[in-house]
Amino acid sequence: MATVLESEPEGHTGGSDHSPAPDAVVVRFAGDSGDGMQLTGGQFTLSTALAGNDLATFPDFPAEIRAPQGTLFGVSAFQINFGSTEIDTAGDAPDVLVAMNPAALKTNVGALKAGGLIIADTGEFNKRNLEKAKYDVSPLEDGSLEKWQVLAFDISALTLEAVKPFGLGNKEALRCKNMWTLGLALWMFDRDRQPLIDWLKGKFAKAPVLADANIAALNAGHAYGETAELAGPLKQYHLAPVESEPGLYRTVTGAEAVSYGLVAGAQLAGLDLFFGGYPITPASAILHNLARLKEFGVTTFQAEDEIAAIAAAIGASFGGQLGVTSSSGPGIALKGEAMGLAIMTELPLVIVNSQRGGPSTGLPTKTEQSDLYQAVYGRNGDAPMPVIAARSPSDAFECAIEACRLAVQYMTPVMLLTDGYIANAAEPWKVPDPAGFEPFPVTFLEEPNGPDGKVLPYARDEKGARPWIKPGTPGLMHRIGGIEKNPGTGNIDYAPASHQAMTNARKDKVDGIAAGIPAQEVTLGEAGGKLALVGWGSTYGPIHQAVRRARRKGYDVSHIHVRHVWPLPENLGELLKSYDQVLVPEMNTGQFKTVLRDQYLVDAKPLNKTSGQPFTIAEIEAAIAAALA
Amino acid sequence: MNDMTPIAKVQTTLKDWETDQEVRWCPGCGDYAILKAVQRTLPEIGADPAKTVFVSGIGCSSRFPYYVESYGFHTIHGRAPAFATGLKLANPELDVWLVTGDGDGMSIGGNHTMHVLRRNLNTQILLFNNEIYGLTKGQYSPTSRPGTVSPTTPLGSVDRPASPCAFALGAGGRFIARAYDVSKELPSVLKAAHAHQGAAFVEIFQNCIVYNKDVFADFTEKAGAAMGQLWLKHGEPMLFNKGTKGIALDTETLALKVVDVVDGDWQAAGVRVHDEKNRALAHLLVEMPFGPFPMALGVIYDDPRPTFEAAVIEERTRAAAGKTANLAKLLSKGQTWTVSADQA
Repeated sequence: MATVLESEPEGHTGGSDHSPAPDAVVVRFAGDSGDGMQLTGGQFTLSTALAGNDLATFPDFPAEIRAPQGTLFGVSAFQINFGSTEIDTAGDAPDVLVAMNPAALKTNVGALKAGGLIIADTGEFNKRNLEKAKYDVSPLEDGSLEKWQVLAFDISALTLEAVKPFGLGNKEALRCKNMWTLGLALWMFDRDRQPLIDWLKGKFAKAPVLADANIAALNAGHAYGETAELAGPLKQYHLAPVESEPGLYRTVTGAEAVSYGLVAGAQLAGLDLFFGGYPITPASAILHNLARLKEFGVTTFQAEDEIAAIAAAIGASFGGQLGVTSSSGPGIALKGEAMGLAIMTELPLVIVNSQRGGPSTGLPTKTEQSDLYQAVYGRNGDAPMPVIAARSPSDAFECAIEACRLAVQYMTPVMLLTDGYIANAAEPWKVPDPAGFEPFPVTFLEEPNGPDGKVLPYARDEKGARPWIKPGTPGLMHRIGGIEKNPGTGNIDYAPASHQAMTNARKDKVDGIAAGIPAQEVTLGEAGGKLALVGWGSTYGPIHQAVRRARRKGYDVSHIHVRHVWPLPENLGELLKSYDQVLVPEMNTGQFKTVLRDQYLVDAKPLNKTSGQPFTIAEIEAAIAAALA
Repeated sequence: MNDMTPIAKVQTTLKDWETDQEVRWCPGCGDYAILKAVQRTLPEIGADPAKTVFVSGIGCSSRFPYYVESYGFHTIHGRAPAFATGLKLANPELDVWLVTGDGDGMSIGGNHTMHVLRRNLNTQILLFNNEIYGLTKGQYSPTSRPGTVSPTTPLGSVDRPASPCAFALGAGGRFIARAYDVSKELPSVLKAAHAHQGAAFVEIFQNCIVYNKDVFADFTEKAGAAMGQLWLKHGEPMLFNKGTKGIALDTETLALKVVDVVDGDWQAAGVRVHDEKNRALAHLLVEMPFGPFPMALGVIYDDPRPTFEAAVIEERTRAAAGKTANLAKLLSKGQTWTVSADQA
C-alpha cells in the first residue's frame, strides 16, 4: 500500500497514529463532461454513505453543458473524501485519480498526492484526444507520471466486451464506461453493489436493456478488480464505518437541505410557502426541489426574470404567505431594489443567495464567498437586513428554518447565504425530527389596533416589528409602499422627524435581532488565547480540520464559526478581543474581515483565496503556523 | 367557468372609496377624472373594499392606491404586475387592480406587462398613457410621438413610439380596451374590464396638463370628437361622425378603410359589425392609425380564456391529491441507513 492510501499526513507531527488501513481516502473521478462523472460520483457517494463512512464531496464541472469532447475545458470532475473518522472537507489532494481521457488526466493530475494512484483508460489515449489535451506524446508512455503509480488499461474495450450481449450501438455501449469504472471503484473499497443495481433498474425501468447493459458493465468492472492478475498498485481496502450518533441517516446536498428547511420553516410558522425563482446556476436546484413539494402548501413560480421572482414573493408575503426567492450573485444584484421595498414595507421574505465566483457572470459553476458586502450593505439607502450563513450542506437546513423565523418574527427580509460548494456538495445527514424544532406561529392582525377603530400598520411590538395584515381582512384596509411614511399610520410622510424616526426604527429592529440569537460559541478550542480563526459559510470544513491538526501539534489556536453574519452575536466583539490575533479565512478579498474590523476595532487579518476552489486544509494550516511562528 | 367563486357583492357609495389622504396630482391633471371614474365604478360592480387591492409601480399614475379606500401596494418602478402575480397566487379571492403608466408599464416594466398578459392573471390593468414622463419632469416616453421636444430630446425625439394596445394584444392579452380620462364612457369600459375573467388591459389616454398638454385634444375635444372617436360595441356596426361614416374591410388588401354611410344604410356601405371575439379584427383596430382613421375606443377585444391562478391551483391540487404533508417522512425519503446504538 505504501504511500498510496496513507492516512492524512500527520506523520510529521511526531505523534503519528499510522494504522494499516487508512482513516480517510480522497478519490477524484475526472472525465469528459459527457462521460457521466457527476453521476458516477453521486452513486459512489451513496455507496460510501451506505457503508457507514463519513464523507464530503466536491463536484467541479464546467459551465458549458456539453463542451466539445476531449477538450481541457470540457473536463468534469467529482471528488470525494471519505473515511472512518470525521470528514469536513472534500480533501486537499486525491489519493486516487480516475482519468477517463487525456484531458482529464492533464487538468487533474497536478492535484494528485505524490505516490497516488492514477487509473487511466488507455482506450481514450489515442492521437486525437492526446492532441486535444495538448500532449505531444502520451503521458502514459513518456515517464512523466513517474512520481505516481499508474494503472492504465483499456476500459473502453473492456466495457464494449462486457455489454456485447445487449446489442447496443458503439456509442451507447461506450456510455456504460462510467459504470464499469464505478464497479472497479466499488471493488477497491469493498462495497456492496446491490443498491446500485437497484438504482439502475429504477433509472432504466423503461429501457431494461440499458439497465442490463449498465449492470453488466458494473459487474465487469467489479470482477476485473477481483480476478485480474494485477501486479502493483490495485488493492482492496476496507474503511471501517465512522463512529456516529445512533439514528437514521441519509446524504443531503445544500440545495436539498435549504429546500427542506424552507418547507419546515413555513410549517413552523403555520404558513403556506411561496417561492418565486428564475433559473440561475447554482441556485436552480432549490426551485427544482420545491416544485415537487406542492402537497406541503408550496407554490413555486418561475418568473420572467429575477426582479419579478422577488417581486412575486413580496406580493405573496403581502397576501399572507411566506415569500421566498433565491438566486446567485448576478440575480441578487437585480433583486436589490425590491429588497429595499421589503425592508421599507416591513414584509417577511427569505432571500437565498447560492454564491458563485464574481463579479458579473464570473464563475457560474465555481464557488466563492464574495457576496458578503452585497448581502450586508448592497442596497440604496440605510437598508438593514439580517444575514445568515450556512456552513455545510446539512447546516443549511437549520439555517433556512432560522431565516424563516427571523423573517416572520421581525417582519423583515432575511438573506441566507450558501455557495456553489454547499449547494452541490453532499454529506451524510442525521435526519432531524421536525417535531424537535420549536414552532413560531404567526398571528395576523384581525382587529383595528389604533384608537377609534383605526388601523395602524406601522405600530410596533416589543421586537420592533409591525403587524402583518392580510388583504381581505374586513375593516383593516390600508396602503403600503416604498415612500417614507408616518411612523404609525404608514401614510406618506416626508417630514424630517418621520424619516429620522423610521430610519431609526428599521435599524433598531434589525440590530435588536442580536438579543434573540444564541451567543457566539467557540467552535473548537477555548475563549482567549494566541490565535482565533474566524470563519463563516463553507470554509467551516477546512478551517475546522486545520485548527484541529494545529492544536494536535500544540498550537494555541481556536476556531470560531459565525452563523449570524448580520447582526452579529452580542458577545462576538468581546470574544475576539480575548485573542492576541484574529485571522479570517475567506474565499473573497477580505469582506468579513472588514466587517469585523469596522464593528469591533479588532486587528483582524485576512487569509484570502479566490480561485473558485475551496481552501485546502494545508493552506489554512500553513497560515496558522505562519501567524504563530 | 374555470374560476373561483365570484366575490360577494357589497353595497358601498363613492364616498366609501375615498381615503383621508390629500390627493397630490397637479390641479387639472387627467388622473383626477380617472380616480373619480374608478371610485364611481367600484360601488356599481358591488366591490368589497376589504377584498379589493390596488397595486401600482412608480410614476404619477402609481400614486393611485393611496387615494382608494381599499388595500393598496405602491411598489417599485415597472414591477407591479409581478407583485400582483404573487399576491393573486397567494389569495386568488382578492380583486386586484393594476395601475401603471406609459413609462412604468411600457418602458421599465414592459417585460412584466408582457408576461402578466401572456399568463392571463385575473386582474384589471389600467395603463394611463400621457405620452410623457410626468413625475421626473417631462422627458419623452416610449409612447411619445416622433419629434417630441423634451429635456432629453431638445431637437425632438427620433424613435418610433410603442402602441400599448397593439403590444398587449401581441403579448397574448384576451381583453383590450381604450378610453380617455374625462370620457363619460370610462366607467362602462372599467366595468367590462372587471367582468372579464383574466388579464383585462385598458389603455386610458390621460392629459398631462403640465408637460404634454392636449396631445389627445384632436379627438377628445368637442370639435374633433365626432370624426375622431370610434366607440366600439359588440354586435353593432362600427360607425362614427354621427353615423355618417363607418369602418369597412378592404378584402383585397386585408386592411380597414373608412367609408361614407348614406341615409344610415351602413350595410350598403359595407360597414363591418364589431365582433369583440374576433382577434384578427382586434389586430386591425389596435393598429388603425389616428388621422386617416378615428381612434378606436371602448372594448376592442374580449375573449376570455382560463386564468393563470386557476391553472396553478388546479395543478397544485392535482399534484397534492392523495399525498399527505408529512415532513418527517419527506426528510427520511430515498436511500437511508441506520446507525444503531451498538454500532456507535
